[in-house]
Amino acid sequence: MLIPVIGNIMNIGCEKVLLMQNDLNLNYSEIVSTYVYKVGLSSGITDFSLSTAIGMFNSVINFSLLTTANLVSRKLSGSALF
Amino acid sequence: MQAFKNQSYRDKVFYIIILVILSLFFLAVLYPCIFVVSASFSSGTAVQAGKVVLWPVDVSLEGYRTVLNTPDVWTGYANSIFYTVVGTLINVCMTMVAAYCLSRNDLPGGNGLMLLFTFTMFFSGGLIPTYIVIRQLGMINTRWVLLLPGAIGVYNLIVARTFIRNSIPLELLEASQIDGCSDIKYFLRVVLPLSKAIVAVMVLFYGVGHWNAYFSAMIYLHRKELYPLTLFLRQILMSSQIDPGTVQDPEMQQRLQEMVGVIKYALIMVSMIPVLVVYPFVQRYFVTGVMIGSVKG
Repeated sequence: MLIPVIGNIMNIGCEKVLLMQNDLNLNYSEIVSTYVYKVGLSSGITDFSLSTAIGMFNSVINFSLLTTANLVSRKLSGSALF
Repeated sequence: MQAFKNQSYRDKVFYIIILVILSLFFLAVLYPCIFVVSASFSSGTAVQAGKVVLWPVDVSLEGYRTVLNTPDVWTGYANSIFYTVVGTLINVCMTMVAAYCLSRNDLPGGNGLMLLFTFTMFFSGGLIPTYIVIRQLGMINTRWVLLLPGAIGVYNLIVARTFIRNSIPLELLEASQIDGCSDIKYFLRVVLPLSKAIVAVMVLFYGVGHWNAYFSAMIYLHRKELYPLTLFLRQILMSSQIDPGTVQDPEMQQRLQEMVGVIKYALIMVSMIPVLVVYPFVQRYFVTGVMIGSVKG
């Protein structure tokens, strides 16, 4: 069960954070998902390629964390997801 | 109490510490709820001045009166109910059908299909590719965009598939096949009536997800008549004002400016009420149903 969850470890989810953001706390509250949203959709100059690249990068990191966790689990306990 | 008295000393201390910590968490969670309820029943000036601490100050219903007199709120309500009911229907139908098909061991390519489904749990394109796909499918600014994408949640699919595999014995299928029952008839007449618990759990999860959804609506919908209630709530929370263009009466417009705080809390209460009303009726399924997809024995 931990292994699939690790696959989502970098996705905090943008909904709650987006609601609580304002100009004052932008320094600390800007996470990957809200930045992708800002660059890709909500600002005046939308840059699809940049935000797609960031999203892809995020997914790749998640996937590599997932395969690493799978490998570690197989080495340590013999049981693994795939 | 008798059972508590019979515990050893260390167990008692353990339980008391846990009780204290949980009580603190409970109060921390309870206070905002009480505050919202009290603030929604107070007058506008009291909320603005920050006088409302625990109980309503200057009890008045003006917050509710303003909120319920805004036509935007009623369109939002109708839309939210529409998306929740129709969306949950689509979700549950598609998930149950997929779960039944994937639970059968003799489905050709069943393992490959399950792999495809679970792959989407780990890896997704991200926000922008999804937006581009939906734009090319022509779903932007239509009602379908909140109903179709994400119609099957893979977690729910896995829970339902495990439930069907573990709770419905193969002998039932073999017996019905001997009697000449087709697969569809077996699904509709045997599997579905036996899966009422899992259907209730899915209705709960999908329903609450639809009622609370605002992000998809925010990025895909641009027409006000399609907005769910959550988007109006967000508008008010972000800018602390209802769009004055929708309010016809100039006197009402002026009163709006004085009452931004109360409107916020009254709107929160108004959008919470349907969920609170429905929840007790599905709660008994929730407690038994959450663990129902887990592996047995």
